Amino acid sequence: MCLGVPGRVVEKYEEQGVLMGKIDFGGIRKPVCLEHVREVEVGDYVLVHVGFALSRMNEEEANRTLELLAELGQLGEIEEPSS
Amino acid sequence: MKYLDEFRDAKATRALLDKIRETVTQLWTLMEVCGGQTHSIIRHGIDQLLPPEVELVHGPGCPVCVTSLELIDRAHRIASRPEVIFCSFGDMLRVPGSLGDLLQLKSQGSDVRVVYSPLDAVKLAEQHPEREVVFFAIGFETTAPANAMSVHLAHRRGLKNYSVLVSHVLVPPVMVALLESEDNRVQGFLGPGHVCTVMGFQDYEPIVEKYHVPIVVTGFEPVDLLNGILMSIQQLERGEAKLENGYGRVVCREGNVRGRQLIEDIFEVCDRKWRGLGMIPQSGYKLRPELADFDAALRFDVADIETQESTICISGEILKGLKKPYDCPAFGKECTPDSPLGATMVSSEGACAAYYSSGRHLQLNATN
Repeated sequence: MCLGVPGRVVEKYEEQGVLMGKIDFGGIRKPVCLEHVREVEVGDYVLVHVGFALSRMNEEEANRTLELLAELGQLGEIEEPSS
Repeated sequence: MKYLDEFRDAKATRALLDKIRETVTQLWTLMEVCGGQTHSIIRHGIDQLLPPEVELVHGPGCPVCVTSLELIDRAHRIASRPEVIFCSFGDMLRVPGSLGDLLQLKSQGSDVRVVYSPLDAVKLAEQHPEREVVFFAIGFETTAPANAMSVHLAHRRGLKNYSVLVSHVLVPPVMVALLESEDNRVQGFLGPGHVCTVMGFQDYEPIVEKYHVPIVVTGFEPVDLLNGILMSIQQLERGEAKLENGYGRVVCREGNVRGRQLIEDIFEVCDRKWRGLGMIPQSGYKLRPELADFDAALRFDVADIETQESTICISGEILKGLKKPYDCPAFGKECTPDSPLGATMVSSEGACAAYYSSGRHLQLNATN
């Protein structure tokens, strides 16, 4: 139920006074409410739950976690996907 | 997909498992709080890959599972009214109440609709001014900003035909209830990553301090889960109890400030009855009194509801981490996802349903 999926903001627009975005989930695009993350910009990744973006994904933190993991077991080979 | 694939990496999971094996020197019992985590753990077989010293018990974090039978029956009564369009997340449709489930009601001609977002329910109310649109607002804190926004917009747009049946539950009070219970065996928690995305994690700091129990905010992918388990075990082995954030790419300490403000504008904390666990004080949200016009439970007066839970079902003990699904004589026999007897079998995120859908009832039969 608390499922959250990361997606990339491809467009921002207003609809009836509500800030919305078109979000790309690996090829599938859906309208998502951006009212709770108004500061996001096109190209940012957001975490989406029941049609609402709840958080802007923090790339620095993601890389930090991956670096820690790499230190764990010489995981230099973990490749970051390009999109 | 960025932010997903790298956290499903097989090499990283193997390295984490090795590190957990190296670290652990004695038995530890951890609880993953969120139903989404339970689902992911069972689906990926993570509990079976861990060394035998590390036991995962599955927490009460599935809102579909813990929604009380009374509320499900109330939803059923409201949805059966001819003027009502009853909207719900798909997960709730198959949960059986005393009178059957919402899907059956739909097949009998009632207007029951699945919505992806609470905003879709508001749209329906605008499109059908002659009908009453009721939204079943269930969920943990994760879903509260979305559900609150639907009420906020209905209020702002002056919609008189929109109301919500609120069944919101909160994580910190149920964690405290588990820790306070005499038979508690949980020694560390994988904190619910998406609940904390909204609420942040300051509410968990007093719990860590008072009960001296590690809490590691944890995500949902295999690497996230194993990383959360490793961080918890490292604390336990060192005799520490700290709050750590293992899901920094999504969660920050203060959470989503705008979302939290909207929740406060629309809801207030109330006592809530949990299916399988009973009444827990201050463990839910209800609408603020000034928004009572949007409360479907007040708008639609349904007769007194009396419910009877199964006497065989042990979901209460499973939700507390005291028993596992295969400890129940009905698991996979009288009780299946098609005809569930209790909380933990009603949704795919419940521990029993997760075990069942991964075929663990078959393993059980094979060993008997």
